[in-house]
Amino acid sequence: MLDKNGIAQRIAKEVKDGYYVNLGIGIPTLVANFVRDDIEVEFQSENGILGMGPFPLENEVDPDLINAGKQTITARPGASFFDSAMSFGMIRGQHVDLTILGAMEVSQDGDIANWKIPGKMVKGMGGAMDLVGSAEHIIVAMMHTNKAGASKLLKSCSLPLTGVKCVTKIVTNLAVLEVANGKFKLLERAPGVSVEEIKNATEGEMLVPNDVPEMQL
Amino acid sequence: MIKKVVANATEALEGVEDDMTFMLGGFGLSGIAENSIAELVRRNVKNVTCISNNAGVDDFGLGLLLQKKQIKKMISSYVGENAEFERQMLSGELEVDLIPQGTLAERCRAAQNGIPAFYTPAGYGTEVAEGKEVREFNGKPHIMEHAFKADFAFVKAWKGDEAGNLIFKGTARNFNPNMCGAAKITVVEVEELVKPGELDPNFVHIPGIFVQRIYQGKNYEKRIEQRTVRK
Repeated sequence: MLDKNGIAQRIAKEVKDGYYVNLGIGIPTLVANFVRDDIEVEFQSENGILGMGPFPLENEVDPDLINAGKQTITARPGASFFDSAMSFGMIRGQHVDLTILGAMEVSQDGDIANWKIPGKMVKGMGGAMDLVGSAEHIIVAMMHTNKAGASKLLKSCSLPLTGVKCVTKIVTNLAVLEVANGKFKLLERAPGVSVEEIKNATEGEMLVPNDVPEMQL
Repeated sequence: MIKKVVANATEALEGVEDDMTFMLGGFGLSGIAENSIAELVRRNVKNVTCISNNAGVDDFGLGLLLQKKQIKKMISSYVGENAEFERQMLSGELEVDLIPQGTLAERCRAAQNGIPAFYTPAGYGTEVAEGKEVREFNGKPHIMEHAFKADFAFVKAWKGDEAGNLIFKGTARNFNPNMCGAAKITVVEVEELVKPGELDPNFVHIPGIFVQRIYQGKNYEKRIEQRTVRK
């Protein structure tokens, strides 16, 4: 079974040379730590930077330089700043190659819910609806089950949707799956996790090939 | 040169009244119009609608207006950092319209550019799309969104000249340029107000035509929400 860093490490393998990538808050942010050194990747943060670098040293902290999670960051050589409308132009116009974000629920049709729990939590969707509404390649990073132990991979989402039929791949602490023809397709098992365990933790319909390899990290 | 410079926030906010709609730049607490917000608090205007990506924190930014119950309605994309906001929303004291961040930015830009409405895929199939026109383009459904209408835009820039030309710094730029000229009156506060000719026209982000009033801000706190450092 993977921890949050393990999930991020596995997703980092999906990041290819030359990609512009938008990372959501939480596990997705960790992906940047695991991208291979020998490829060129630019990270976009939707509040208005392309070419986001690591967190600053104490003496580099600048209140005018933050990421979408409001954390202080640095800009890499070759970075650029832009306004919010242009930032979402990059996203809506499909100039960003890969979007990685968290979710509370994903359905076997690729629907995603991650912005609201009615009566409990209403923080807002931020840029998530724009991202999932336009990105061609969306990877969801999340735990396979919620804190109560219930599956987050469902036949249909119970929470208010963020987007419909948009998720292409899901990486959890148990497995890598893709959304294919209205079903989850199991691609890889996390180290030490059996197909049976994944089946038990997945409420939605799942296609299980004869051979499901263990993830290589 | 057309006169745009005003002495201070008090002069800049002349004409601000109860029941108006305001646009406020900033992402989180980065790039917010600190001086104009303080003046809104001082004037104690009530029942206002605020278009702003976030709602500040409990004791800074728009949180200051929330504390004094000056806000009737918020139009935002993310409001997660403010306990008083949550309390007022859940108790029904505060109306809240949560909309996708890119749609918020584009509705500002559309207002600035004289475009009454546009189509976007963001929010299709969700509660955001309820009651909105849906139209298919290139085989993909989009929803129609309208340009905002606002009375005042409160913008923060890094440098500006007396002609109203503006330069922003880092990610404090965010929604600020999109709100310039998107309201009836655009009020800009800057960290450094300079004479015409001192800004290189090649590096101006927003031309002065979008700005009605500009003033030298003071005492910037620039509070950081998530100070995150590496060793």
